[in-house]
Amino acid sequence: MDLTVIWAFIIAFAVFAYVVMDGFDLGIGILFPTFQPGRERDRAMNSIAPVWDGNETWLVLGGGGLFAAFPLAYAVILPATYPLIIAMLLGLVFRGVAFEYRWRDPGHQRFWDAAFTGGSLVAALAQGMTLGALLQGIEVEGRAYAGSWWDWLTPYTLLTGLGTVAGYALLGSTWLIWKLDGDEQAHARKLAVRAAIATIALMGAVSLYNISLNAEYAAQWLTAPHVYFAAPVPIITAIIAVSLLRAITRDGNSKPFWLAIALFFLGMAGLGVTIWPYVVPPGITIWDAAAPERSQIFMLVGVALTMPLIIGYTIWAYWVFRGKVTDEGYH
Amino acid sequence: MFENLDALLLARIQFAFTISFHFFFPAFSIGLASYLAVLEGLWLKTGKPVYLDLFKYWIKIFAIAFAMGVVSGIVMSYQFGTNWSVFSDLAGPVVGPLMAYEVLTAFFLEAGFLGVMLFGMNKVGRKLHFAATLMVALGTFVSAFWILSVNSWMQTPVGFIMGENGQFLPGESWWDIVFNPSFPYRLVHTVMAAYLTTAFVVGAVGAWHLLKDRANPHARKMFSMAMWMAAIVTPLQIFAGDMHGLNTLEHQPAKVMAMEGHYQSHPEGAPLILFGIPDSEAKTVRYAIEIPKASSLILKHDLNAPMAGLDTIPDDEEPPVGMVFWSFRIMVGIGFAMLGIGLWSLWGRVRGRLYDMVWLHRAAVLMGPSGFAAVLAGWITTEVGRQPYVIYGLLRTADAASPLDAPAVAASLLAFILVYFTVFGIGVWYILKLMGKSPQAGELGAKRGDVGPIRTAGITPGPTQNPGSPDTLPSAKPTDKERV
Repeated sequence: MDLTVIWAFIIAFAVFAYVVMDGFDLGIGILFPTFQPGRERDRAMNSIAPVWDGNETWLVLGGGGLFAAFPLAYAVILPATYPLIIAMLLGLVFRGVAFEYRWRDPGHQRFWDAAFTGGSLVAALAQGMTLGALLQGIEVEGRAYAGSWWDWLTPYTLLTGLGTVAGYALLGSTWLIWKLDGDEQAHARKLAVRAAIATIALMGAVSLYNISLNAEYAAQWLTAPHVYFAAPVPIITAIIAVSLLRAITRDGNSKPFWLAIALFFLGMAGLGVTIWPYVVPPGITIWDAAAPERSQIFMLVGVALTMPLIIGYTIWAYWVFRGKVTDEGYH
Repeated sequence: MFENLDALLLARIQFAFTISFHFFFPAFSIGLASYLAVLEGLWLKTGKPVYLDLFKYWIKIFAIAFAMGVVSGIVMSYQFGTNWSVFSDLAGPVVGPLMAYEVLTAFFLEAGFLGVMLFGMNKVGRKLHFAATLMVALGTFVSAFWILSVNSWMQTPVGFIMGENGQFLPGESWWDIVFNPSFPYRLVHTVMAAYLTTAFVVGAVGAWHLLKDRANPHARKMFSMAMWMAAIVTPLQIFAGDMHGLNTLEHQPAKVMAMEGHYQSHPEGAPLILFGIPDSEAKTVRYAIEIPKASSLILKHDLNAPMAGLDTIPDDEEPPVGMVFWSFRIMVGIGFAMLGIGLWSLWGRVRGRLYDMVWLHRAAVLMGPSGFAAVLAGWITTEVGRQPYVIYGLLRTADAASPLDAPAVAASLLAFILVYFTVFGIGVWYILKLMGKSPQAGELGAKRGDVGPIRTAGITPGPTQNPGSPDTLPSAKPTDKERV
């Protein structure tokens, strides 16, 4: 396997780690208005306060890794989706500071709660639409983006944006099922059912749209040998979807969260198969955009040395704050 | 053509605006993380509650500053691509990996251990908690290491080969790229600047509370610690700045010419222009107050050493002189004012009156934000001084921007200005509110069942009602499960 392929998988891993980990943070932000002010909101917030910063770092690795490993892709995708990226960044500003500000200023807590929700919603929508804008293809001339600055706004990108919002809400609500108990857990279950149904429906819609979007995507899925991989995917997805709904409505504790992650994994793997071997469809493959071998090797050494440590202390940090969120200590 | 120029200018303003704002937070949190590590270490070593109180007092401020640094930093990591895509494409193979190393070795370290540092004091052992604090402090330093290496490479690019597609490609040794000629100087100068910035903030808060109550033991402790920093680190910083200047003279002479206001060459010793008004049209410094031959003495250690001026540089390769000239003088002026405070405090210490010198305390309060001003001025000096290049001598800023239309950049710039001033302005206000409360209240907090040698039973209900109160444990964070 050549280094470029290894790097494509590393970036994909970073994006997946980001989507899952910050996904549940952002999902809680999206669902925040449905929580009662006071205990329920505080507990929801506290379930992610110690980890959100680490979770968001995967976004920097995804962006920074793309810059380092596929500089041409970074230089094309970001200008092409300029308004989305700026909106996401500003959304993350509001979301990030709300963690601190809402406790510092009880008189304006409702305002910062609204900023938390608004920021999370905008960031999630912008991320999903960026994904859609990439999948629908980006116009390139020479080594630069050549489209207009509204190309990213289409019915398809709105669909992928909504799908991402629903998916994050699913991750957030299943995380809360795990971290909360009592009435608040029951509320999280209700939210999770709705989010799961919306996510599955939107995933299906995006998949169908992908196949109709262009012939090459369809070929990826519908011709041999791809079809042998493709055929079981809807079946596995259906099995996971049913198990997820059962786990949510029955007494699943952490199980809904893990199944939601499995659903995301299938979705992302599916998108990977669809887009392969392009990093910027329809024109730029991963090999076109790849950094030179010397850069790839230098960074690969860094990843090999640090990634086990990063994963290790990240798991430790989660372990320190394991279990149900209590609300003692500040009332 | 005009439209392109306009978009370029907007992109430059946007980058300058967002990085200036961002720079304030790490400039403060690099020093503050180390200060917190020192406080916690001293507490573990001596068992004196004053250190734990101060640790808890400052960690609340740290949490807000760090959050602002994180969110404004993510903007930076994407802005290379959104607004400087040509630079990203061409320089990505060289600077991209350094930034990836920053993420892998610094950002994850900080973020991974921050949660435990802020909320985990009663969940992990004391030593493990101290280790978490050290990791956060180390992370802030490692982050400075990599990003300053990137910046220095852009100032003094070496160790690369040009690819057929116009890209800068890494050459034989990454060592050459990482430790490029200006990097060691810039790293030392910038990190010391961050330490001094924090020291003067801590000193100002200590002085503020001493002015209200000069017996306040917490205020005394932090003021004394800060004044040691001012007295010891400021001279070192002035020396490091001088070395950095000599390095710049070697590699970026045009920048030094602009800093000095030397429009003309001086074959027989150049004057040191203390003040004056640079006039780039007439190529002269008006109303100049100057010391003859002193510039040659400082920069060449020889009164009569010839010094080239901007007349030796083609006009289209000159940096804007006015901004560089002024920002450099502001930085140096603040540096010497800091030195003055440090010496003043030493004098007070010798006389045993450090906590009684009201005018020193007033001056220290006034100097509280001086580190930020100096850091910003220094940054402007070095960044404007390397214009018109983004990769010095090789890639012009004008050729590095993204193919964006002016209205798109104008809209984003406006959004950044509105959001940053509002959100970060409010954050700074919260920080000032926390600083306005006496650290003595932190002592009270420690009595409410926190870990530590002064643990006593009982819960004082009053202050716990207010999450903004400094005595809420140990970081006033709601996730604390302090009461064991």
